[in-house]
Amino acid sequence: MKRAGFNHFGLPVMLLLPQLIIIGVFFYWPAAYALRSSFFLEDPFGFGSTFVGVDNYTDLFGSAQYLKVAGFTLGFTFLVTFLSLSIALLLAVKADKVIRGTRVYRTLLMWVYAVAPPVAGFLGVMVFYQGNGPMTEFLAMLGYEFRLGVNYYDTAAAMVVVATWNHIPVNFIFLLSGLQSIPQSVKEAALIDNRSGMRRFWDITFPLLAPTAFFLLIINITYALFDTFGMIDALVKGEPGNNPMTMVYKVYVDGFRGNDLGGSSAQSVILMVLVLVLTVFQFRVMDRRIHYT
Amino acid sequence: MLKKNLLAAASMAMGMTLSTAAFAETQITWWHAMGGALGDTVNQIATDFNASQSEYKITPVFKGTYEEALTAGIAAFRAGEQPNVLQVFDAGAATVIGAKGATVPVQDLLADNGIDFDINDYIAGVRYFYADANGKMIGMPFNSSTPIMYYNVEALEKAGVTPPKTWEEFETVTAPALKEAGYIPLAQSHLPWIFTENFFSRHNLPFATNDNGYGDGETKILVNSPEIKSHFTAVKKWKDEGLFEWFGAGWNDNQKPFEEGKVAIWLGSSGSFGGLQKTATMPFSATMLPYWEAVTKEPKQTFIGGAALFAMAGKSAEENKATAEFFRYMSSPEVQLMWHKQTGYVPITEAAYELAKTEGYYEEKPAAEVGIQQLSLPAGDNTKGYRMGFYVQIRDVMNREYGRILTGETTVEEAFATIEKEANDLLARFNKTQG
Repeated sequence: MKRAGFNHFGLPVMLLLPQLIIIGVFFYWPAAYALRSSFFLEDPFGFGSTFVGVDNYTDLFGSAQYLKVAGFTLGFTFLVTFLSLSIALLLAVKADKVIRGTRVYRTLLMWVYAVAPPVAGFLGVMVFYQGNGPMTEFLAMLGYEFRLGVNYYDTAAAMVVVATWNHIPVNFIFLLSGLQSIPQSVKEAALIDNRSGMRRFWDITFPLLAPTAFFLLIINITYALFDTFGMIDALVKGEPGNNPMTMVYKVYVDGFRGNDLGGSSAQSVILMVLVLVLTVFQFRVMDRRIHYT
Repeated sequence: MLKKNLLAAASMAMGMTLSTAAFAETQITWWHAMGGALGDTVNQIATDFNASQSEYKITPVFKGTYEEALTAGIAAFRAGEQPNVLQVFDAGAATVIGAKGATVPVQDLLADNGIDFDINDYIAGVRYFYADANGKMIGMPFNSSTPIMYYNVEALEKAGVTPPKTWEEFETVTAPALKEAGYIPLAQSHLPWIFTENFFSRHNLPFATNDNGYGDGETKILVNSPEIKSHFTAVKKWKDEGLFEWFGAGWNDNQKPFEEGKVAIWLGSSGSFGGLQKTATMPFSATMLPYWEAVTKEPKQTFIGGAALFAMAGKSAEENKATAEFFRYMSSPEVQLMWHKQTGYVPITEAAYELAKTEGYYEEKPAAEVGIQQLSLPAGDNTKGYRMGFYVQIRDVMNREYGRILTGETTVEEAFATIEKEANDLLARFNKTQG
């Protein structure tokens, strides 16, 4: 077989150049700069700086507060991913079965996707407001005093609820289309084999959904890690105090509010490594375990 | 086609006339963090300044919160695009003053441009907060405020008490009576500012080594002191007994219950006065911050909060001249009086204060004078200010630990040990950034 290819070396490079420049300027250059800054302690105005080696990193790993933030981030990511995926799956399975008024149901379920995370955060503040938020009053009726911004765990709960709610629609859209792409013949064959809807779902439907679900898993993890920033900022009103925050929010607090360039660069590098690990994991699993039909 | 060309030519000509018109006056920019009604007043000052003469034109630009304005100013400075005037808040003072070469000290700027400057024209409390160790003024105080005690007049009448002078009086007389009358006796809006920094100032206690951080070299925070620990022990006790309530680290969450009449006494900023007049649902007044008689019999002045205007370095002589002229205009008694009346921030000069008095403003609104009276109280060794690097983060640590004290997650003893350690680590780190 004849390999199709370019005759000259120059042409492909030329064609790739715009893309390479964009990646270089907007990704590799800042990333390299952050990596460099993470080994220095620098005056914000750029007048003085001291090379401190890996001190910024050892300071972080020695800080009980940073480890607490990292622990919260893991728990938060797990909860948001698990809840938003499982609720979306339930909704998608049910919506898949609806025959009349399908479009209305689906549109209503997707609507929330249009709400930007900071707006979702503000809605969260209103719903859970200390004085007279509807959820606060509802919980008070059940005998629980919910105090957003005062109690660490109450704020954490509000963050999980808002982040989950905001991300269900994306999962729903993907899972629904995943369900609809399962061939009718497979479903019918399964129906002959087993009458239990539950068994059919776990044995046939769920494995066939795996590629979609795995893709969504990665999307959800990155969402919970990074895209929830605006929502968290709105919920803690820019003054984190004793409230929980994610690692990304701490980069902002230390770097943009506190002007500690070295410390926040080190935190960014840790996040970069985290994303790298996640990406490698994603590709390896996709290659080996997930079979696309 | 012809029409298009004509249009282009016309717009070019217009652009040229505009730019020649602009060339005649020196343009300067002013980045600030005053939103809402405060922003309108800032714009008013700029418009009035531009109308008052034809040589200079200042353009104010709103840059978000204090932290955002400072960060934007720093980023712009590094890119060589800094504004002429940058507003920097109290907690950012060490960052901007520490970076020698980032700003032109206001005292030099005025002197170089032939404008008389005497630091004693400024009211006592604002003189040295934005000054260096030798007492040279670096930043021009702009919106200066100080924490004061607001009270709901009806609530105090109903409970049959007068505003407490000391915390002892509050604890034994005022608070129990207010609670009896159905109010939450006390709330406050900023624990690091009101219950920490100004606690040290009011009681004339050292807040940091090295002359409260003004001197050169390494500074250590002295926050882990028995006086403040016993204060926070009392605050926690009041909270448990229903004599004090805390609504989180946000400013407005704590102010709102006072405006709604649920909280009887609220510690806020003298700069809150203007806003409260519009939002409070009940008659209110104000008086000075209480103190612990057990700690001192002679309470001193408090620190100023708010922010100052810094002239950024790296600008042409003409532009610096324009900045100096603007500072002269801004600190004039008339402008200060207008600013004072519209916002509640204190006037920064004695002359402006005198003007307000002769106008009879305080007979009409006695609460408006409390901030300036408190700033004019006798000074002590520890009342001129404090200067600590990475102070924004130190405040974040305080806010976090105080929240944990009040929600019962930690003890006063442990919290202050943590604050001391983390703050000193931050100070040591900041010291390295200056190397």
